[in-house]
Amino acid sequence: MPEDLATTHAHPAHPALQHHFENMEQQREAGTLGMWVFLVTEIMFFGGMFLAYTLYRYKYPEAFAAASNHLDIRLGAINTVVLIISSFTMAMAVFSTQIGKRRNSIIFIVMTMALGLAFLVIKAFEYHSKYVDNLIPGTLIPGHPFNPNLHEMHLPAGVAPGNLQMFYVIYFAMTGMHALHMLIGLGILTVILIMAWRGRFSPEYHAPVEISGLYWHFVDIVWIFLFPLLYLLARHLAGHMG
Amino acid sequence: MSEHIVYPRVYITIFLVLLVGTILTVVAAFRDFPGPLNAVLALTIAVVKATFVVLYFMHVRYSPRLIALIIAAALFWMAILFALTISDYSTRYWLPI
Repeated sequence: MPEDLATTHAHPAHPALQHHFENMEQQREAGTLGMWVFLVTEIMFFGGMFLAYTLYRYKYPEAFAAASNHLDIRLGAINTVVLIISSFTMAMAVFSTQIGKRRNSIIFIVMTMALGLAFLVIKAFEYHSKYVDNLIPGTLIPGHPFNPNLHEMHLPAGVAPGNLQMFYVIYFAMTGMHALHMLIGLGILTVILIMAWRGRFSPEYHAPVEISGLYWHFVDIVWIFLFPLLYLLARHLAGHMG
Repeated sequence: MSEHIVYPRVYITIFLVLLVGTILTVVAAFRDFPGPLNAVLALTIAVVKATFVVLYFMHVRYSPRLIALIIAAALFWMAILFALTISDYSTRYWLPI
């Protein structure tokens, strides 16, 4: 309609519109596209570690089964649920911002951060129990070299105990990288929270919330794969193992 | 604005799907299925959960097709990474070198 065209051009540009974009729509889509391209590099980054996991699990099946069954399945499952809830609250934060409910979006961002923090605290307890059991690979921790209690681990006879270590190298590399991403996510959400607090977002401009949400959901997806691959891989064999 | 707004009803549904998927994967992990079926089942559930997150929480279902193309490209390159590396490692013992 001609009058529509006239009004769009008569409107002054939104203050958040950068000069190199035609309009807010184009700016938002460009931002989303850029974030996805970044997430592709993240997929390749984690993909390399998932490949290492696959190769070593194929090479040392018994050691991987024994080491995996020693992980705390309860804490792993609780953390999975914590992250799923945090993804939901993040999605709700995006929705609240889209419809212009500033108070709700602040509440949902804070909830998402609290759940992210809860995940990291639970992870820290898990890491600590691995430290107590001398399961930190190599001699990284002075006075606590890798020294598994073979009786507790139910390692089948004839399997080299050193192979257990490979599982824990991969476990700490992957969950550690995931936890680092969670920390970065908490940093990003802190910035988003401050921006939301200052009333920077509106139904017309909320791309930062949406893009941060993409990052948060991606980190959740990584955990969706890590949980079954690391914690559940050999639970069905637990009855048959020495 | 032609932006698509996803309503809480959808988010709650997806949240429940993810919760059920998590319970299913834990229950299935303790049952002894024949052959490699345990791993296949665990990965299938994880892929389904991830797909729901990507399509609804990450709005890909309502985004330009270009986003879907970029994700497909990433998965394609990851398939190359896995296929070539595994074809190497799994065939090394074929030759007595």
